[in-house]
Amino acid sequence: MCCNKLSEGAAAKFAELDAFIDGLNIDRGDERRRGRLIQVLHRAQAIFGYLPREVQCHVAGKLYLSEAQVSGVVSFYNYFTTEPKGKYCIDVCLGTACYVKGSEKVLSEIERVLGVKADTNPTPDGLFSVSALRCVGACGLAPVMMVNGKVYGKVTPAKAVEIIKEYKELG
Amino acid sequence: MNRITSKEALMAAYRAARGELALRCTDVHDINSRKKDILCCGGTGCHASNSQELMDNLRKYIKENGLENDVRVVQTGCFGFCAQGPIVKIMPDNVFYVQVMPEDAKEIVESHIVGKKIVERLLFIEPLLKERIHDYAKMSFYAKQQRISLRNCGLIDPECIDEYIANEGYQSLAKCLFEMTPAGVVQEVLNSGICGRGGAGFPTGLKWKIAAGVQADEKYIVCNADEGDPGAFMDRSIMEGDPNSIIEAMSIGAYAIGAQHGLVYIRAEYPLAVNRLRTAIEQARECGLLGDNIMGTNFSFDIDIKLGAGAFVCGEETALIHSMEGQRGEPTTKPPFPANIGGGYWGCSTNVNNVETYASIPVIIRKGASWYNKIGNWQAEWDENGNFKRTISGSAGTKVFALAGQINNVGLVEVPMGTTLREIIYEIGGGVSGGREFKAVQTGGPSGGCITKENLDTPIDYGNLTRIGSMMGSGGMIVLSDKDCMPAMAKFYLDFTKDESCGKCTPCRIGTRRMLEMLEKICDGNGTEEMLNELESLARTITDTALCGLGQTAPNPILSTLRYFREEYLAHVRDKKCPAGTCRNLYTLTITDACIGCTKCKRNCPVNAISGEVKQKHVIDAAKCIKCGACIDGCPKKAIVKG
Repeated sequence: MCCNKLSEGAAAKFAELDAFIDGLNIDRGDERRRGRLIQVLHRAQAIFGYLPREVQCHVAGKLYLSEAQVSGVVSFYNYFTTEPKGKYCIDVCLGTACYVKGSEKVLSEIERVLGVKADTNPTPDGLFSVSALRCVGACGLAPVMMVNGKVYGKVTPAKAVEIIKEYKELG
Repeated sequence: MNRITSKEALMAAYRAARGELALRCTDVHDINSRKKDILCCGGTGCHASNSQELMDNLRKYIKENGLENDVRVVQTGCFGFCAQGPIVKIMPDNVFYVQVMPEDAKEIVESHIVGKKIVERLLFIEPLLKERIHDYAKMSFYAKQQRISLRNCGLIDPECIDEYIANEGYQSLAKCLFEMTPAGVVQEVLNSGICGRGGAGFPTGLKWKIAAGVQADEKYIVCNADEGDPGAFMDRSIMEGDPNSIIEAMSIGAYAIGAQHGLVYIRAEYPLAVNRLRTAIEQARECGLLGDNIMGTNFSFDIDIKLGAGAFVCGEETALIHSMEGQRGEPTTKPPFPANIGGGYWGCSTNVNNVETYASIPVIIRKGASWYNKIGNWQAEWDENGNFKRTISGSAGTKVFALAGQINNVGLVEVPMGTTLREIIYEIGGGVSGGREFKAVQTGGPSGGCITKENLDTPIDYGNLTRIGSMMGSGGMIVLSDKDCMPAMAKFYLDFTKDESCGKCTPCRIGTRRMLEMLEKICDGNGTEEMLNELESLARTITDTALCGLGQTAPNPILSTLRYFREEYLAHVRDKKCPAGTCRNLYTLTITDACIGCTKCKRNCPVNAISGEVKQKHVIDAAKCIKCGACIDGCPKKAIVKG
């Protein structure tokens, strides 16, 4: 069921996911079972960190849906990712308020310092991955960046570099 | 919390809890009061600025001074004044502190609470008067606001249903259940004149009337909390600051249209709002305000949360319904409308309203339609029974706007419809930041347009905004100054809609991409005058042919900026210049003779493009320069210019 990428602790992770899905009492005969899909994918991504094909297939089986249906949903929504992320996920807000306050400059400085482009692979050491997102609703603090969900406000390119440095030291 | 099984039980709970808010709601302001409530903002913005640690510290020092029986620290929702966060308001003293850091807690407790002496340095400085403001009511940011949807934000603890009940919460639901028929509720909402606050501005009462008219055993009422417009955050703020008002309003709506099930579709990007809403739903269930036989009547209703997964198009109601069904969030043509059988959630009749609309409903029911519809600039025609017939002009009630961009007082403001942009920007917003010149306001997000100086005095309502080529949208207001480039703004929005196009219809999927490519060429200096005409013609075609609101309105930022800022486009394509100085290919950076050779720019430059000796004029190597502007920001002599 699992491949190399998922090997470490995969069995425990699948067990955790199964326990969650079993708790939903999915009824094969219920045509509305599909309504649970996004909720299940959210949980799966929280457990695995991303949604590789084997996780998608597993979910499809548990919800009695076709793999194409699951893959169609995963590829549609920005929140779901099929590639592993770095240990620290840096999200730079490119919402309008942040954009007019110069968040593009923050993003390009982060990309330059880390040597990776947004929404691609993590840094070779696996520490950081960078993404652009649209508005976390903290427009009063624009421009905003997040590291693993922690919001940093009024960020400048120089401040972003310092923040990255702090996480780098943590390792 | 006891279960509330009757109207009398609700009133008893209200009387028991009312005292909780006494210090906060009083008009008698007294710094010498022994008892105090310290209200701290617990919204996403202030959370990010360490408000949690601040609250912990305040509690610690209050305990150290033995004041824990008299002074309470309360986490409230957002005060709306986000740029100045974290916010602390002390009642009944009526003192409003801004940008309070965790280390300020000691001084606040020792000086203000114990010593009865205001901490002057933490008071807000009014940008126009340049004075520190002692009295909260005199802050120009709040003086012109009328907070109805935001009534409880910054006043009550959103994680405590008692405090919501203490501020007359759930009494509107009781009024509906015990004193009004479902048709009467629909008529009241219709007479109030409230229109959908999420964007399209469809009359809410009419929507309810249509849904109520459908005969079906299974109906749904949905709250659209998929606030996708980047730069608008009023829905987040209401859910974080006053989640019970959504529950109460959805219950009222369910009673009116005959729905048994409620669903809140909420963005996964708002984890704090999701948690607060979950807590509120659980508390309401425990109290019996959600579930079977609410307040002892035969009305039963419950609410579930559905998480979104990041797709702007899901704000469109048919797409939202598909997403809740676990499908790709692609819109479908209307009719069938969600209210029709076959058009809603699992084919059932479904009514969808926005968060801000719901937040106004309990107030409309409690104070009456005739109270609400006098707020704003609404003129309507009435029939012989005094019921609403049609709108003549204007809009009723208040609207929350999210002020952001180049403005001094970034935050959420709630004003009556008909307020002018000038009042919002200069009186409430404190004017354009950095002493820059006002250029335009972008309203309605990626679906809207811009409003220029000439229209600063236009009263804001749904009709007027459409007339001047913009739209109300969800209420995002991005203020732009002379340093913002309009073609680049249009490009920014098209980049957004291109990403967010679901791909179902061709005009939107391919059209947004083609328009973006043209805008990229224009901003890179490769555009032609001919291209502007092509762009305009393509934009109009997409407006006419796209399937859903997203595609139909995607060209608006282009059409609106072409209409008002054609000269700026011409400067890009004809003279290859960017007047605002933001399009990187259209300027170079040079150092003038004002340079004193301080070497600061050389040290700041991230790509070592600047050379020069100490006390000698420095030079920028244009081939290496990435135009990041770090040199300009650091130069003490303003010797680096764009040209």
